[in-house]
Amino acid sequence: MNIINIEHIAKIYQVGSEEVHALHDVSLKIDKNEYVAIMGPSGSGKSTLMNMLGCLDTPTSGKYDFKGVSVSDMSDNQLAAIRNREIGFVFQTFNLLARSDALHNVELPLIYAGIPSHERKERAYSALVDVGLKDRIHHKPNELSGGQRQRVAIARALVTRPAIILADEPTGNLDSKTGEEIMAVLHEIHQKGNTIILVTHEEYIAEHAARIIRLRDGLIERDELVVNRKAPNLKEAVN
Amino acid sequence: MNNFLFELRESMVIALRAIKGNKVRSILTMLGIIIGIMAVVTMSTAIKGIDNSFQKGISSLGTDVLYVDKWAWYTNEEWWKMRNRKNLTIEEYEKFRELAKLPVASAPDTKTNQTVKYGDRRVEGVFIHGSTSEYIRTVNFDFSQGRFYSDIEGNSSRDVVVIGSEIAKNLFPRGDALDKTIKVGPVDFKVVGVLKEQGSFILGPWNPDNLVYIPIGAIFKHFSNEAWNTVTFNIRAPSPAMVAETKDEIEGVMRKVRGLTPGEEDDFSINQQEGLIDNYNKIVGVIQIAGLFITGLSLFVGAIGIMNIMFVSVKERTKEIGIRKAIGAKRRAILGQFLLESSTICLMGGFIGFLFAVLLSMMINQFIPTSIQYSAVVIAILISLITGILAGFAPAYTAAKMDPVEALRYE
Repeated sequence: MNIINIEHIAKIYQVGSEEVHALHDVSLKIDKNEYVAIMGPSGSGKSTLMNMLGCLDTPTSGKYDFKGVSVSDMSDNQLAAIRNREIGFVFQTFNLLARSDALHNVELPLIYAGIPSHERKERAYSALVDVGLKDRIHHKPNELSGGQRQRVAIARALVTRPAIILADEPTGNLDSKTGEEIMAVLHEIHQKGNTIILVTHEEYIAEHAARIIRLRDGLIERDELVVNRKAPNLKEAVN
Repeated sequence: MNNFLFELRESMVIALRAIKGNKVRSILTMLGIIIGIMAVVTMSTAIKGIDNSFQKGISSLGTDVLYVDKWAWYTNEEWWKMRNRKNLTIEEYEKFRELAKLPVASAPDTKTNQTVKYGDRRVEGVFIHGSTSEYIRTVNFDFSQGRFYSDIEGNSSRDVVVIGSEIAKNLFPRGDALDKTIKVGPVDFKVVGVLKEQGSFILGPWNPDNLVYIPIGAIFKHFSNEAWNTVTFNIRAPSPAMVAETKDEIEGVMRKVRGLTPGEEDDFSINQQEGLIDNYNKIVGVIQIAGLFITGLSLFVGAIGIMNIMFVSVKERTKEIGIRKAIGAKRRAILGQFLLESSTICLMGGFIGFLFAVLLSMMINQFIPTSIQYSAVVIAILISLITGILAGFAPAYTAAKMDPVEALRYE
């Protein structure tokens, strides 16, 4: 079954008196448990597509069905509910709440999902254990390393058991070794049956995915399966 | 409903986290509300205190008492017209007393201004009232010591005196006034009674606490040169309901006493406390409005301060708002978070301000009476809550309708 089904999507921004066509005409299907990388140089419409896929933004024209439900005309609040339940975000800059500890950060989406406190705490805790941060649950972001912060963010993305994980340059702010660890964590998550969409401009990061979609000037240039898929170092992931 | 309570509780937790996380800023914000609530509450306790004191004092003078006087107390009638009236005399009073049937009590009242002394203690410029023993039945006085002068003492113009509580406090700090001989002007008088405190500083010269009562004959005997030339008749109606009827009778009797023909105008005035009360209400009304307006203004400034800080806070936390929205916070949740933050700050500020107001009222109570109202607690809380919601709404709304993409990009 298709989780994501996009047909002839376009996004036009009004910048002053000029119209900027961020996306021209993009059609795309993503199935359950796929591992897709979206690549493209800056200005290719990569971020716009990601915002669209993440239900942070709606298209100017075209159709977007998420799990068979049309989201292209949804209101802000309906989109918020979809993001809360179905999408887990992992950002380049982690985007954790600076004043809150790891546990509260992971708990946050569950608050907006209306889950009672004790259940929240339990689920947040086990999500942190899953990403190997059992000993760090009461640390605030500034007391954690970059890699650990990104793990907190991954735990936060996973805790609602979303339909897709949307990772936007997840290794962009990390050194290559830590980046590799994060990719290993994502690999493991994928192995457990999750659907992952990875946005990157690094070829070697994209090669972790099973399928690469290349964008250029608001159009899909190429959509191909990866032949020599990179295997992550699982030993490091567990570490 | 449960859902609403859940959201409320969660928003509250988030708001408290934010307040705790920015202690200095929260306290500075609170300051505006603390000062505002303190000012409003202190003002209202002072006004209420003054009012209570007035009501108490006015009732000690009796609300069913009419005063026949040369002067109209509260009127726009021309002054020279009243000035040309004949003075009321003690003889006219006696004639009046013969003829009037309705009054349950009546007494003449004339005044002089004297220094009162005991040993080397003195009070200057005291109003000395001269009356008959019936005077005590036209007022509602309680005695802390002794009694009012008797019929015999009154009729035979003995040199006896009844003093107000404030006078007694000044002359006899140890409270042993009874049977002592004091000097009223140059004359010796024996103290036969001390009034209980009537507690009404606002009545000024009417305040019984600062007065001295002697038989009217004693005034004529010792102070005929310094005494007021006119006598006031204090007349008590049988009941407050019969004040108007009594007034009609008084007018008829007085016209007879004065020998006025039907065409002639009254050459006397019949006064009531109503005039005093009306006047008082007007003055207090103005004080109340002006006072509450000015103190309300400080509260308003406090509210503007909160709105300012909340706007800054929203701007500063744009990224946080973006994160919250990205992971699924609805508009309502963001709105609630910021509204609760500002109303919590205001509630805390209101509570602290109220505590300060209570302390301040206690201090002011040394000089003018204050009265803390239980309803003021509720009102202070409500005002701070409403202030918080109003001041927080615009910033919270701005936060709630932020575009998540834009907000996430904000650095």
